[in-house]
Amino acid sequence: MAEPLVVFDNVVKRFGTFEAVKRMNFEIREGEFLALMGPSGCGKTTTLRMLAGLEQPTEGDIRLAGKSLVDVKPHERDTPMVWQSLALFPFLNARENVEFGLKMRGLDGPSRRRKALDWLERLGIGEFGERDVNSLSGGQRQRVALARALVTEPKILLLDEPLSALDAHLVIRMQAVLTKLQRELGITFVYVTHSQSEAFAMADRVVIMSKGEIAQIGSARDIYRTPANRFVAEFVGRNNIFAGTVNGSGNVDTPAGTFTLDGKAKPGERVSFVVAADVVSLSVSRPTARNTFAAQLISEEFVGSMVTLFLEAPGDTEIKVQVQERSLEGIPREPGQTLFLSFDSSHAHILKG
Amino acid sequence: MKDDKLLRWVLAFYTALVFLFVFAPIAASLVFSFNSDRFPTIPLGTFTTDWYVKAFSNPEVWDAALRSLIVSSVTAVIATAIGFSAAYTDYRYDFRGKKAFLVLSLLPPTIPLIILALAMLGWLSMFHASGLTISIIIAHTVLCAPFAMAVIRLRLSQMDPNLEPAAWNLGASEWVTMKSVVIPFTLPSIIASLCLTAAVSFDEFAVAWFVSGLNKTVPVVILEILTGNIDPQVNAIGTAVFLVSITLVVIAQVLVMGRAKKPEAV
Repeated sequence: MAEPLVVFDNVVKRFGTFEAVKRMNFEIREGEFLALMGPSGCGKTTTLRMLAGLEQPTEGDIRLAGKSLVDVKPHERDTPMVWQSLALFPFLNARENVEFGLKMRGLDGPSRRRKALDWLERLGIGEFGERDVNSLSGGQRQRVALARALVTEPKILLLDEPLSALDAHLVIRMQAVLTKLQRELGITFVYVTHSQSEAFAMADRVVIMSKGEIAQIGSARDIYRTPANRFVAEFVGRNNIFAGTVNGSGNVDTPAGTFTLDGKAKPGERVSFVVAADVVSLSVSRPTARNTFAAQLISEEFVGSMVTLFLEAPGDTEIKVQVQERSLEGIPREPGQTLFLSFDSSHAHILKG
Repeated sequence: MKDDKLLRWVLAFYTALVFLFVFAPIAASLVFSFNSDRFPTIPLGTFTTDWYVKAFSNPEVWDAALRSLIVSSVTAVIATAIGFSAAYTDYRYDFRGKKAFLVLSLLPPTIPLIILALAMLGWLSMFHASGLTISIIIAHTVLCAPFAMAVIRLRLSQMDPNLEPAAWNLGASEWVTMKSVVIPFTLPSIIASLCLTAAVSFDEFAVAWFVSGLNKTVPVVILEILTGNIDPQVNAIGTAVFLVSITLVVIAQVLVMGRAKKPEAV
């Protein structure tokens, strides 16, 4: 099998003594939508900038289509980027902005113009070609930036938090535009974001980064259901994390209660495991099922028809339960109310590290 | 509400007084340049353009005007080029001693003109380069480059730091980026700087008087006419000089202010 489109081979990036990226090894497959996600300062933008040539790796090699990118100047790479600030040229109109990359490749005026207008048309802003970019709305400017990056028909498109400056409803619309575009073009998208919802909504695979290291690579589903470690479980947010010691009968003693994990752990071992917020069931009276514990209601939060209840179990264990609002009928929801929670042991996922 | 209105009137009146204070001497010069009387007294004599005719038929004035024009244009170009380089260095690079670099770059206008003029005369004499047109150009460039830098630096501070990387990313080398992104972006401030430095050089007297020798500029000629006797043709020359300078300054202001107000990529 041929080498993947992009290979990060033992890449290290230091700024002075600060290690922004620590020995990173991963691959980007041809035609995939890959998200680099993590909190600010995790090294995701540095990783993207190294791919674009705006930063040089301190150690290691980055290969694009089998060729090393070390010593290739940014303007000699074919890795166009959509910037967080968009970085449109304010002294050019929308069409001229899109033409920029073609002009640098020495294309003649009429062909440039035709291609630029085609792309503006394709992104639904054909009529704004001659407009000053400062007079366009946020969404329109976003599309100009996309057209400018895509007009040279690259194999790979880099996106650095491109939607972070937009209103919530525009973000949803642009997500749809981006996923559709990526499918149609079949090119590789590398998308940097701190937003879980953006990454999970669009990406085929998500790389979660923490402090310059890869915490987990996988599909949204993998990451949500089977977080690799505590950092991922906490970052993803919709997880309940329990920590305890496995007792003689193979059950785990935690401050919140004793749980059975179907022999997934050895006696005497310290283990942490997660149970996703949407697989926990809720009742007023103690159910007879296994893996039941009590917790006190603290607050609740609505997102559409879903409601998230925040509770506290013994030992300061924070518990989140996500259910349909309808299913809560008959359950008293005063703060301080004691509720009983249970989960199926098959839904418990043991964390490594 | 009533108090507000009163306050507004008082403020408007005060502002008008300040403008009167600033512009009255210039206005007086303008009025007396068309007055037939030799001495600037009221009541005025009759309207005349004689002083303009006299001033502009004086070959020394024409000579000085031409020299002023050459000095101010050449100064403007060199000072703006130096100012642009310094401003871009400040924008683009971080290095040890950058603070010292900035202070030194912006220092010349804070030196008293007489001191600067004397120093220039002494320095240029060492190279036998005093008393020439080029001496005035060198001295004025020293004086004007900081203004150029300040104006261009203001514009560069409004430039998205990703704008240059965006151009490289689209295939433009550093030099092509300079030509097709940095210069177009800063063009209003470059023109403003050209106008402003030309105006400063065109008006400047003290330094020019020290280093010009026999190659006089307009302000130097005005003073020489004045020291000889009271002659209303200086009003005529002064008015013409003022019109040239104010035009340049207004162009500079419009370019700097007009662009500063425009929202840039956020």
